[in-house]
Amino acid sequence: MKRLVFPVVVVVAAILAFWYAACVPMNIKFALMTAERQGAVVSPEGMITRRDMSPFVLAAKNPAQWSDTWVQDKPRLPAPHQVVTELWAQTMQVAPTSKRSLVFHGWITLSATLLGFAIGSGLGVLLAVGIVHSRAMDMSVMPWAIASQTIPILAIAPMIIVVLSSIGLQGLVPKAVISAYLSFFPVVVGMVKGLRSPSPMDLDLVKTWSATKAQTFWKLRLPASAPYLFASLKIGVASSLVGTIVGELPSGTGQGLGFRLLSGSYYGQTVQIWSALFATAILAACLVAIIGLMERGVLKRMGLG
Amino acid sequence: MTQVPVIEAKHLDLTFQTNDGPVQALRDVTLEISKGDFVSFIGPSGCGKTTFLRCIAALEEPTGGQLTVNGMSPEAARKARAYGYVFQAAGLYPWRTIAGNIKLPLEIMGFSKTEQVERVEKVLELVDLSGFGKKFPWQLSGGMQQRASIARALAFDADILLMDEPFGALDEIVRDHLNEELLKLWARTEKTIGFVTHSIPEAVYLSTKIVVMSPRPGRITDVIESPLPKERPLDIRDTPEFLEIAHRVREGLRAGHAYD
Repeated sequence: MKRLVFPVVVVVAAILAFWYAACVPMNIKFALMTAERQGAVVSPEGMITRRDMSPFVLAAKNPAQWSDTWVQDKPRLPAPHQVVTELWAQTMQVAPTSKRSLVFHGWITLSATLLGFAIGSGLGVLLAVGIVHSRAMDMSVMPWAIASQTIPILAIAPMIIVVLSSIGLQGLVPKAVISAYLSFFPVVVGMVKGLRSPSPMDLDLVKTWSATKAQTFWKLRLPASAPYLFASLKIGVASSLVGTIVGELPSGTGQGLGFRLLSGSYYGQTVQIWSALFATAILAACLVAIIGLMERGVLKRMGLG
Repeated sequence: MTQVPVIEAKHLDLTFQTNDGPVQALRDVTLEISKGDFVSFIGPSGCGKTTFLRCIAALEEPTGGQLTVNGMSPEAARKARAYGYVFQAAGLYPWRTIAGNIKLPLEIMGFSKTEQVERVEKVLELVDLSGFGKKFPWQLSGGMQQRASIARALAFDADILLMDEPFGALDEIVRDHLNEELLKLWARTEKTIGFVTHSIPEAVYLSTKIVVMSPRPGRITDVIESPLPKERPLDIRDTPEFLEIAHRVREGLRAGHAYD
């Protein structure tokens, strides 16, 4: 464990260093403009002269203004500490029920994600069972499942929102539907592979005991698919979250992490965008970690861990 | 010993339809196996020995001829739990303990919980694995896993034990040991055993009847009734009688290759 700490710290430090360094050219023009207005000497002088110059050249010529690139209100690229401060402010320093709270928006997104994931993975498992047991389903359903994933979700999400709202469904359900749309596919693919994982010999063996199809399923195919199921659930839950975020962009409900991303970009609130982005990433990591814990528990109990 | 035929094959043919045209896996196989026999099938790859065993187990369907098991069709015999089948690999489920694996056929066949426990204990003792019931398969050696799979095949008291190269993947020392154990088991349970093997010494050491087969098309070239006594210590393999049978088997195998 101790030997792992050093490389992990080095990687994190490298990412942070790169990030701070990237902030300099990204934000240097605004920093120079502000500094010039306040009477500082910058090189070269005059906004017009600087307009078409490379940000890297400007950054190299004005090292005194570097620190100004890390503290702007509306930077092109916010510095890491700005994002962390914003995350802290929006989770710990406001009431969790407030519309400014990322906890509130996070919960909205999480609830739609969980519902969508439940629908998507349930549907995925059912489809996989059908595909494995019926050649007709294999031939007819699988191509559509694959085709469904080739359509850009950004294109189809607004249509789903509009269609569902015309039949009176708004808020949670349409987002969950989009989320399910993204998450069922990895579950189908993984489960089909898992349910087909028993070898011909395994199948011959249960045949010599005159096992029924149902017995073969419950006692052989299903337990054999467990490792595959968890691998695809991990991908599925992450896709589910992406689906919900995409569903929140056009839904206009004014709630959810996706909405925070959108409103941040409307008003040029880059720090808000990045904090919502990080909140999303943290949420996704937690969901995947929970599935990982379930996986360890179940596989250990099955003697496979 | 009564001479009731447990397995009876008459002019059995089996042709597989493959992409390269039909392949005749069995041709005109006629054989009688009596109750309590230990019959070995020996021959090179492709001679149909495994296919014949699979026909008895109703895992393949003959395309011609007649085959009865306990006087029934193989399909009906399987439903009547006539046989236990042991494959080359142990095929134990990694997510079940050894006891859980042996229970599996009992669960499928609908034995009661208490009877399942009793039978598991009994067959574990029979293959000398008492006390290993709670272990998972990966915790056991290859030889022990194969013994567990034999226990699983014995659990539901079938009269016939079909074994398809059960010790083929094991090293010779373990194999010798398991052969000895198998003979003891056979003596205790009085099962009828069909045993597929590549090994001449194994076939001669174990069998009361050796069926020599040859390929393209798979057919029987010789059936040897072994004069060896039922009680067989391992060093019987150095006696002249043993060597004489082994020689005859070798001749039979060579004859099968004479015209290809």
